[in-house]
Amino acid sequence: MSRFLITRLFEALAVLAVMSFAIYGLIGLMPGDPIDLMINSDPKLTPADAVRLKALYGLDQPITERYFNWLMAALGGDLGYSRVHTKPVLEILIPRLGNTVLLLGVSLILALAIAIPVGIYAALKPYSKIDYAVNMFCFAGISLPPFWLALLLILLFAVVLGWLPAGGMETIGDAGYFGRIQYMILPVLTLTIHSVGGFTRFMRASMLQTLRQDFIRTARSKGLSESRVVTSHALRNALTPLVTVVALSFGGLFSGALITETMFGWRGMGKTIFDAIMGNDFNLALVGLLFATGFTLLGNFLADICYAWLDPRVSLTEEREG
Amino acid sequence: MRASVSPLSQSVGARTWRRFLRHRLAVASLLVLATLGVLAAAAPLVERALGVDAFTADLYHRLQGPSLAHPLGTDEIGRDHLVRLLYGGQVSLTVGLIAAFFSAVIGTVVGILAGYFGGRLDALLMRMTDSVIALPLLPLLIVLAAVDLEKLGLPAAIADSEDASLYRIVIIVSLVAWTTVARLVRAETLSMRKREFVRAAVALGARTDRILLTHILPNVVSPIVVATTLSVGNIILFESVLSFLGLGIQPPVASWGNMLSNAQDLVWSAPELATWPGIFIFVTVIAFNFLGDGLQDALDPRAGD
Repeated sequence: MSRFLITRLFEALAVLAVMSFAIYGLIGLMPGDPIDLMINSDPKLTPADAVRLKALYGLDQPITERYFNWLMAALGGDLGYSRVHTKPVLEILIPRLGNTVLLLGVSLILALAIAIPVGIYAALKPYSKIDYAVNMFCFAGISLPPFWLALLLILLFAVVLGWLPAGGMETIGDAGYFGRIQYMILPVLTLTIHSVGGFTRFMRASMLQTLRQDFIRTARSKGLSESRVVTSHALRNALTPLVTVVALSFGGLFSGALITETMFGWRGMGKTIFDAIMGNDFNLALVGLLFATGFTLLGNFLADICYAWLDPRVSLTEEREG
Repeated sequence: MRASVSPLSQSVGARTWRRFLRHRLAVASLLVLATLGVLAAAAPLVERALGVDAFTADLYHRLQGPSLAHPLGTDEIGRDHLVRLLYGGQVSLTVGLIAAFFSAVIGTVVGILAGYFGGRLDALLMRMTDSVIALPLLPLLIVLAAVDLEKLGLPAAIADSEDASLYRIVIIVSLVAWTTVARLVRAETLSMRKREFVRAAVALGARTDRILLTHILPNVVSPIVVATTLSVGNIILFESVLSFLGLGIQPPVASWGNMLSNAQDLVWSAPELATWPGIFIFVTVIAFNFLGDGLQDALDPRAGD
């Protein structure tokens, strides 16, 4: 088991290293140039100053050299300053990471709390009317463009009914938990609807497949009640593959968070990254993207640990069959 | 995986078709998509028939309600909403289908190579696939969409042309949408590799490219078709999100995503502008998903009649 996990850890680090170079290169290809931006904000700078500034910041060197210098500084803990916020990027990103984890965590728990029982129920009555209805709702949830869903929710709950705020994170002067929760309802709802369909369909398929296996037939033929067969024999086996699906969905969830946060003005990682890219805040965009990538990979790695713990067969087979 | 060499093999097509017809939602989806495709292709004709102009501002007729001349009303600068939706459909469907084709090609190559050769190549390609699946794709797509083409050395005439945003979005979405096809094709190739007819071909001394192209490829078409159909929906969602954020299809070219982006600012005064593009995206995406689901059931050799 440990060998499997160590391999996985190294793979995750390798992916992170490759991605850091790719993202670094891509950020350099975005429109605008940090020196041009400085010149724009200070008309007294001459072209000679610009050349000197380029040399000072090392921007006249080839990309591999710049990347290497940046990497050394980053590994030493210096992740740079944000141009727009004029603060170290870490000071901006860490509280926003917390906001995103809160949003994603709550909606993931909510989505699973709906998907697991509903998926199991549909699997126990396959091809019934309820199963078809569940299937319809799942497809609808998967196919709804999340930004449009957010727009509709704002329209319904904020414009027409006026029950909930259209965006933001708190009412100024009201620090109570209850006041903050009302700002969370619509973003959490958007993200939950966005992800619950996929999880439910997977749970149903996984349960159906488990119920077809021999050990379930054995359990039934020795006279166990159907509820015991499902809860103590099938459930654990059907849930194990869900761990992998949840892990692989972290990237998608983060994409959903970017849209949701932007739509609802939620100060999280997704909105920060989007604003940084649009506002030519190169350092913040770079580190934000790396954080997002790093945390998705970390989530995957944790899921691998869970998986190995839930399913002892993983330790024997080095490779997951696709 | 029974029934690969069925005695009724001459009727496989007919049987598949019969099973497909039983999936009512998939059949309905196919009809909806066909209608939408024809209407979108006929957008210029509809425009002429209604006697409207989808690209010129007409500030005297802004934000009008539905009428005979404008069945769905007009937008914030007086352009016909319905005709713009149809032109948007041209863009969304074109991007969806072309990008799905390219990702199917990439996914098939990756999947067949990984599945057939196995070993280190398989491990490498599949780790790469898993990594792409796990990545937070939207932020990365946003960066890719924001890349300045002139910095890549493309001449300004190409980088600034109206079609550039279309090509760009097809390319960047194809780069990330191939993973499902790759995984399914690999799994199918793994099982094909061990079959007698492939072993026989190897024993007869067939070249590897011949084995891959004439023996394996035709047998992995089903998962390719299913996964590609399902990916069209996802691609249209990606395109609409990027266009909505202002990074995909650029105005004045209409796309459902950028129409919604304009409508967002007017959501308080003209909510109907925010409704129709969303409904079009939703219906198109859900139709491709049902179609893929129906094809999966129809093409699954394990399913009964």
